[in-house]
Amino acid sequence: MLEMTNVSVVINGEEGKVQLIKDINLTLQNKKIYVMTGPNGGGKSCIAKAIMGIYQPTSGQIMLDGLDITHKELYERARLGIGYAFQQPARFKGIKVRDLLTLAAGDNKQINLCDLLYDVGLCAQDYLDREINTSFSGGEVKRIEIATILARNLKVAIFDEPEAGIDLWSFQRLTETFEKMNQKYDTTIVIISHQERILNLADEIILVADRTIREITSRQKILGEIDQLDSACRCRQSCNRGGRADAKCSR
Amino acid sequence: MLNAVDKKLLAEVADLHDTPPGAFNIRKNGQGIERHTTANINIETKKDKPGIDVTIKAGTKGESVHIPVILSEGMDDLVYNTFEIGENADVLIVAGCGIHNPSSKKAQHDGIHEFFIRKGARMKYVEKHYGEGEGSGVRILNPKTIIEVEENATAELEMVQIRGINNALRETEVRLHKNARLIVTERLLTYLDQTAESNITVHLLGDDATAQVISRSVAQNDSKQLFHLNMRGYARCRGHIQCDSIIMDQAEVSSIPEITAFNSDAQLIHEAAIGKIASEQLTKLMSLGLTEKEAEETILQGFLK
Repeated sequence: MLEMTNVSVVINGEEGKVQLIKDINLTLQNKKIYVMTGPNGGGKSCIAKAIMGIYQPTSGQIMLDGLDITHKELYERARLGIGYAFQQPARFKGIKVRDLLTLAAGDNKQINLCDLLYDVGLCAQDYLDREINTSFSGGEVKRIEIATILARNLKVAIFDEPEAGIDLWSFQRLTETFEKMNQKYDTTIVIISHQERILNLADEIILVADRTIREITSRQKILGEIDQLDSACRCRQSCNRGGRADAKCSR
Repeated sequence: MLNAVDKKLLAEVADLHDTPPGAFNIRKNGQGIERHTTANINIETKKDKPGIDVTIKAGTKGESVHIPVILSEGMDDLVYNTFEIGENADVLIVAGCGIHNPSSKKAQHDGIHEFFIRKGARMKYVEKHYGEGEGSGVRILNPKTIIEVEENATAELEMVQIRGINNALRETEVRLHKNARLIVTERLLTYLDQTAESNITVHLLGDDATAQVISRSVAQNDSKQLFHLNMRGYARCRGHIQCDSIIMDQAEVSSIPEITAFNSDAQLIHEAAIGKIASEQLTKLMSLGLTEKEAEETILQGFLK
């Protein structure tokens, strides 16, 4: 179980102090799937990065299974079983898919690299020995990023907009994969997403806006609201503003 | 003949743990100490100057020649080696230089290697440089490589120098004839106050000649690196230079591109980049449980592989 109590992050930006998130109170239960949604720029990724330790909290407390990890560094939290699939994954000149996945798996011996790639819709034969450099498309690098998280035996796995760049066929597999991971390792899964199909996986939905948690609610409620809004919206297909009444679009 | 230090140097520069299979010539402190030839590969000492002539018969396939040089004391060593690779042969040549300098005198090895790759032949040439030693004596390497690649022939060069050498000046000159192919991979890491300079000039003389030069380097501490990669296209040819450096600490790196076309069908590309390790790479690896130091090493290792 992961608990955040009154967590705020303030960083020193170019134009003075910037509040990234404020007063986050959140309890993530074991084995559950949470979907974090809300308008772009609302603070979803910042909450995820505060959990992972990429941002250190300026106030508040984070506990993982009773252990205070508030001031643990990024790599220490990783070793304690927290994982984060980046929204915009890094590319590495000279590092092959095989190397990165092996590194990610660590001593998790149950992992078969071929299955891992299959789970994200890539063919192992084509990809294992390729370098993760600029020759990879956005979708490819995204899938490999997801695979690096699937390779680990985690207590908490966070996926930041995993669906971006993933085609429909792979998308179906991906949702199955999340469910499988959830069952196999009892992992708590947090997915940042705007996608209805991902929202459908959620036990609970965390609505983030204006740098804080607005509401923790059920998917039925959110999906109902989206339906209502979408039926009246002509630009639905290209809209990325999250489908809430306060999305500040003209609808 | 070979002691423990020699064997370690050989392992570093030629991946050899004992005397190599196939043809070889081991040079230690200015003297040839061991040699082996095969039915297809002959090695002879030059009559007029220090060095050897290596002759590979036409059609020789899958054989290798190892010509490691080791210096285990402070001295100047100058050697001229000539390689004749017969038509349609396909061979591997490994020419490393390892220096163990326990003295306070300088240890310097200047090697001039000249290759003639005849029609349709294929050569892979691996050159590794390695230096060690507790003494204050500097370790200097100045290799010069001149390669003539005839019609339909291929030269693949792998040049590696990771730490250990105080001053290195590498000169490489390649002439490519009709439909000849060149692939150069250069890997360099300097640290402390080391300096390294690499000048590579490729002349694309014949139609359909292609050349690809990929240079990757890491400069740490107060070290300095200078790259001058030059391609000259005289025919309907294609050339691509890619020069990538990671800079750290107080190091200095210069990359000077030069591409010149003398023919309107020549296509030449030069790409050069210098920058520090990208922070998102470090963050990603640390989020997999590596410390910052481990993450940095993993990135550098991959980059220089």
